[in-house]
Amino acid sequence: MWYYEKKLQYPVRVRECNPRLAKFLIEQYGGADGELAAALRYLNQRYSIPDKVIGLLTDIGTEEFAHLEMIATMVYKLTKDATPEQMKEAGLGAHYVNHDNALFYENASGTPWTASYIQAKGDPIADIYEDIAAEEKARATYQWIINMSDDPELNDGLKYLREREVVHSQRFREAAEILKEERGKKVFF
Amino acid sequence: MFSQRKFYTPYTSPTDPCPPIEVKSYETPPQLYLGFQPPCLPQYASAKEALHRGTLWPALYSPYESPYKRGDTGE
Repeated sequence: MWYYEKKLQYPVRVRECNPRLAKFLIEQYGGADGELAAALRYLNQRYSIPDKVIGLLTDIGTEEFAHLEMIATMVYKLTKDATPEQMKEAGLGAHYVNHDNALFYENASGTPWTASYIQAKGDPIADIYEDIAAEEKARATYQWIINMSDDPELNDGLKYLREREVVHSQRFREAAEILKEERGKKVFF
Repeated sequence: MFSQRKFYTPYTSPTDPCPPIEVKSYETPPQLYLGFQPPCLPQYASAKEALHRGTLWPALYSPYESPYKRGDTGE
């Protein structure tokens, strides 16, 4: 079970109403390498992986939900007072027709989130290597969003999230080392 | 020397339609090199700074700025 702490992992500040940036950020909300995909991937894989790395998947999967909440807050702040006209100008006209200014789990081009974004192969090495790749792809996505954003306060939050991808990748790489280690194997003479 | 960014120079043609970016870069953050994190690595002096950086350890910190704004020289 989970306990909920009613605050963000890192403060989110947004300088201006900018629905165009929200359209890009939604990639990290409901995209293939986004936070929702990450959380669900790790929290699902943990059932069928060696005991030593279950806790890591639980911890990181939980943190991804904290990141999801930060992205949601950013998208919400960027769009909450945008008029239908502003939404249309930002390329969110179709989104507005479907959802008004509500958030939705979709990627930057409006494709809804799908479980086929995540994998559970059941092979511990395959799954952990997928997780490492997912963290690097999320890190790269943050970089490309930062490259397109002129909002220094929003970028501060995005740089924090990018750094967390770096740390998670490090921990998954350590998990791969734990799974590879030779000490636990049977010794034959 | 260790660096968190690598540079390369792709071929540019005299007939390229966009003005060529002569030096391109990609990020190589610290987790690619650290291996299993050794115990007792130095930590940031304050919890506030660690929160701002997103990590407790300077060895894992990876600064990032847009390559289009930071003015790469490609050295």
